[in-house]
Amino acid sequence: MRIFGFKLPNMTSLILWGLVWEILGRMEVSFFLPPLSSIFVTLADIYDSKAFVRALSETAVAFFGGLFYALVIGIPLGIFMGKNRFVDELFLPWVNMFMSAPLTALVPVLMVLFGFGLKSIIIVTTLFAIWIIILNTRAGVKQINRSLVDMANSFGANPIDAFIKIYFWAALPEIIGGIRIGFIRAVKGVIIGQLLISIVGFGSLFELYSSRFLMSHFWAIILVLFALAFTISELLAMLAKRFDYYASKRG
Amino acid sequence: MSDNVNAVSVKGIYKNYGDVEALRDMSLDFPKGQLTSLLGPSGCGKTTLLKIIAGLLQPNQGEVYVNGQIVSEPGPDRAFVFQDFALMPWASVLRNVAFGLELRKVAKSEREDIARKYIKEVGLDGFENSYPHELSGGMRQRVGLARALSVDSPVLLMDEPFSAVDEQTRRKFQEDLLQLVKEESKTFIFVTHSIEEAVYVSDQVAILLPRPSRVSEIIKPSSFKNKDVDSIRKDSEYLDTVEKIWKSLRSYVE
Repeated sequence: MRIFGFKLPNMTSLILWGLVWEILGRMEVSFFLPPLSSIFVTLADIYDSKAFVRALSETAVAFFGGLFYALVIGIPLGIFMGKNRFVDELFLPWVNMFMSAPLTALVPVLMVLFGFGLKSIIIVTTLFAIWIIILNTRAGVKQINRSLVDMANSFGANPIDAFIKIYFWAALPEIIGGIRIGFIRAVKGVIIGQLLISIVGFGSLFELYSSRFLMSHFWAIILVLFALAFTISELLAMLAKRFDYYASKRG
Repeated sequence: MSDNVNAVSVKGIYKNYGDVEALRDMSLDFPKGQLTSLLGPSGCGKTTLLKIIAGLLQPNQGEVYVNGQIVSEPGPDRAFVFQDFALMPWASVLRNVAFGLELRKVAKSEREDIARKYIKEVGLDGFENSYPHELSGGMRQRVGLARALSVDSPVLLMDEPFSAVDEQTRRKFQEDLLQLVKEESKTFIFVTHSIEEAVYVSDQVAILLPRPSRVSEIIKPSSFKNKDVDSIRKDSEYLDTVEKIWKSLRSYVE
């Protein structure tokens, strides 16, 4: 962003919106919107409280658990689908369906199948993240340079070597792109899981604060989630940049 | 089968792509230690034939013999040089060159020693740790060539290897290739659509014609082979051969 010829650092607009928020908060437009500064004060209050630390760790376990399964299932399945017509035709309709399905509606079914615990929350998180990872990986493999595959075959690559040494690396820029979006969807998944399945983690804090109209507490948690998701997403974007040089160079 | 003379023979190869007949009853011998060019207009099936010899494509009918043995899949007796280089963009020159050996489970230090030797031989000394995107087209093809040489296969299959590099580099490549054929006791099968290139580098030029694909003629330029690289392009037999091939191909060029 540029103002009067000065180049402003990235995300200067956040400061502007923060100011608007602060002013609206101080004008007491709505009880729902406390001033931004008071939210930070609350955050400083609660961040080392037992409840907050526990919520953070519970959420982290479910989140990374769900993301883990999304990666170890999603990436190989995506590679298989990109490589093999039969596997592709078998799975693609399902992947597309779940990609756009209202997954929240499935949560009650999952509760019946897998109970009210951590397992169900991890499954929900996986379900939110996995489809875009599969589709992106598949797209990455589909655009692979045919002669790289021929090259591997002509030097006698077995299927496992070809899979690990060619297909995975050739699709890596798209895979990282998929992980980044999958990651953001996983944040959604873990919170929805915690709200609907069992009231634990940040879900329990949301429930607690909103039912008692503790709005600055409520917003503090949202800010924490936003900051975490944003940070990791930016880290992945930086990682993706490192691989850009070969994404643009392959033909 | 005259095993001692021919490194590679193809016998009665048929290949269809759906309804399109790419190769019909193609038979051809490739003498040991020589460079044979497959020359022809586009659509004559020369790359298809090369890929069948490589084992990358399966013929509908017919056999490929390498040193007297029928082969149907890629093997260590053949190495391929690709038109678009087929380098892994995420791997260094050293790893790219050593990749054939890596797939053959040669220990890391051993394969890197061999790769270094061939990197030096193709003139890329000092670029071991560069990445393909940092190299020019000509240098990339040198990497592809070093990779094919480092697996030390008796047969080298080259699919229009110089068509993606600029004209000056191409001439240098052709001269280097002549040198390579002299030094290495390997059999080269070389696909090209350039008449001059085919006549310049080959011991034997097989002219392929399309629709239906067939070998129309085999030309063996001989008298200028022992001249030095500079005088070949001025040699009268060289010029006559180029002219003769052009006359027979001209009617097939739209």
